Amino acid sequence: MKHTLAVLVENRPGVLVRVAGLFSRRGFNIESLTVGRTENHDISRMTIEVDGDDRLIEQVTKQLHKLIDVIKISDITREEYVDRDLVMIKVNAEPGQRVEILQMAAIFRARVVDLGRKTMTLECTGNEGKINAFEESLRPYGIRELVRTGKVAMLRGSRFAGVSSGGKNDNNGE
Amino acid sequence: MEITAAEALVRCLEKENVEIIFGYPGGANLPVYDALYHSSRIKHVLVRHEQGAAHAADGYARVTGKVGVCLATSGPGATNLVTGIANAYMDSIPLVVFTGQVPTTQIGTDAFQEVDITGITLPITKHNYLVKDPNKLPGIVKNAFHIAATGRPGPVLIDLPKDVAQSLIEFKYPATVRLQGYKPTYKGHPARITEIAGLIKQSQKPVIYAGGGILSSRAADELLQLAELISAPVTNTFMGLASFPGDHPLFLGMLGLHGTRYANLAVTECDMLLALGARFDDRVTMHLKSFAPEATVVHIDIDPAEIGKNVITHVPLVGDVKLILKTLLQQLERIDRSPWLSRIREMKEQYPLSYNREGGLKPQFVIEQLSRFTKGNAIIVTDVGQHQMWVAQYYQFRKPRTLVSSGGLGAMGFGLPAAIGASIGRPGDMVILVTGDGSLQMTMQELGTMMEQELPVKILILNNQSLGMVRQLQEFYCEGRYIATQFKFHPDFMQLAKAYGIPGYTLQTEEDVMNLLPQALSAPGPALVNCLVPPYENVMPMVLAGKGIDEAIDY
Repeated sequence: MKHTLAVLVENRPGVLVRVAGLFSRRGFNIESLTVGRTENHDISRMTIEVDGDDRLIEQVTKQLHKLIDVIKISDITREEYVDRDLVMIKVNAEPGQRVEILQMAAIFRARVVDLGRKTMTLECTGNEGKINAFEESLRPYGIRELVRTGKVAMLRGSRFAGVSSGGKNDNNGE
Repeated sequence: MEITAAEALVRCLEKENVEIIFGYPGGANLPVYDALYHSSRIKHVLVRHEQGAAHAADGYARVTGKVGVCLATSGPGATNLVTGIANAYMDSIPLVVFTGQVPTTQIGTDAFQEVDITGITLPITKHNYLVKDPNKLPGIVKNAFHIAATGRPGPVLIDLPKDVAQSLIEFKYPATVRLQGYKPTYKGHPARITEIAGLIKQSQKPVIYAGGGILSSRAADELLQLAELISAPVTNTFMGLASFPGDHPLFLGMLGLHGTRYANLAVTECDMLLALGARFDDRVTMHLKSFAPEATVVHIDIDPAEIGKNVITHVPLVGDVKLILKTLLQQLERIDRSPWLSRIREMKEQYPLSYNREGGLKPQFVIEQLSRFTKGNAIIVTDVGQHQMWVAQYYQFRKPRTLVSSGGLGAMGFGLPAAIGASIGRPGDMVILVTGDGSLQMTMQELGTMMEQELPVKILILNNQSLGMVRQLQEFYCEGRYIATQFKFHPDFMQLAKAYGIPGYTLQTEEDVMNLLPQALSAPGPALVNCLVPPYENVMPMVLAGKGIDEAIDY
């Protein structure tokens, strides 16, 4: 099962390599990883997707906790959360096909961000399922290039995975 | 008044009560050495190779319980430390390691003697730092000592570029440590402790499986109290040896691959396994499915990541084992377990440790006599290989921190430099290095350090003229096709001893052991004792790969 971890880390050089290195040397597979600054400039937030059973995820979490630069880890998989992924797709678009592609884009609320002589570049935001569907719908035209940001996620409502909702020391191995 | 960051570093070390640094100078750490020149409180020990500096700091940390400190220059100096850092990491030994680095302006340019040592040591340090801002150095040093010594201890590396070391700063040593992401759990969950007390009362056949965590949390007294109070036999991991008296009737010796058969059988038969500061290493559990199959597993450890890593734990408890045992002891009363203890006695009588005394001077005999002569009143340092396992089996440890050995990493060459560190750390104690002819030849340049520091280390070589442990593996797993395990050239160890001015002894018979070993041990100063032992002796019992620990083969 895919798990989504929200990981708060010190905003310092080398943190990403510490986290990524941990995954590779312990044999854990990262499905996706995104990182960026938070409301606090000293803290970055990673959204990491990992595939594995509960025991593996527990190991991942505990090993991440051991990194001094990791401040807090929340496994939000089973919580109510919103997640977004952004994709940019450069698709073949002969002048005759453009209207059709634009209609498709409208359905997915995607936007045209660039236009070439024979291509269009579209941007679409949404959860993984929507992005996958969008990609599939454009495939028949011929996708020239595709780039995805990977998933970012946030808990719904007033619950939050931020620093002030409890320290790192909440893990008792239980 | 402004001082250089290098001078500030020395002040920081003085504030941390560092008395000794093991190191080797070079271009990039020149400013640090220049600052050390002016310190009257910190003694520097010049080793002969940087690996020796790391191992010596490690040996010092193991016998004193303090943080060991070592120092090397950039590039090769730093990479030579790597084995020593990895060794400390695997055995959870607190070290603070300093390396010089090329100036910040040259970092990333493949400058002379430049390596990315923070990158290299990422997986083998508890944490590491590259200091770019000289003003942050005091805070980093403060954090490093805190991280190294607390929680599950381990090595921390600080890489200090030369220009940073030369920069002027206003020195102020922080009073407190502020680390958002580092708060070890010490106090065990009270409800869990009560649950464990209940399980102990219900259990008919408990076994305590105690590891190195007992030593790092200084919980040997509590362990003894617990074992006696609840009448539970105790087995030690290799790292846990010396945490329980070797001559105690409840002691089962070491378990696992080369453990005693009765320890392994007791674990197999027990209905409750109380794991204290141990990590279910593969050399302990062997075939996982047949490890403690009947037992409710209680696992107490300070590192949450160890719990559930290798085996399914029924009752996990994160915290400091000493604090937890203190609380647990208050909730327990004396329990008698005559049937279980008589079963244990029966196993001990049925499957004692044994070896064949025929056919030359047997290494097991040497260790037995060493144990008898010293009565546990010595610090035993070992290298890695067969001799190490014979020490684990045949030496009766009586007091905590009297065994210094490379457990997790199994680094040959650890012995001599670690013995130097141990002897400096505990000048009043006799330090005996038990080594092999293979291991000693890995780091024997440190004899120079040993003599320069005038250390009375007794070196006992169990000389089988081969790499015995690997030869044994070839005997069992490669049908006796011995390759690269038998030396064709043997140094004359007596001449070697002479070259360094060390009294040398050669032992070839049991009589020699009885006569010369006490003499070598009691004479003041160092000694090198070369015991000529047969090359084809095996460490027994032995659990073959893929087998459970109850299926050991024996003599």
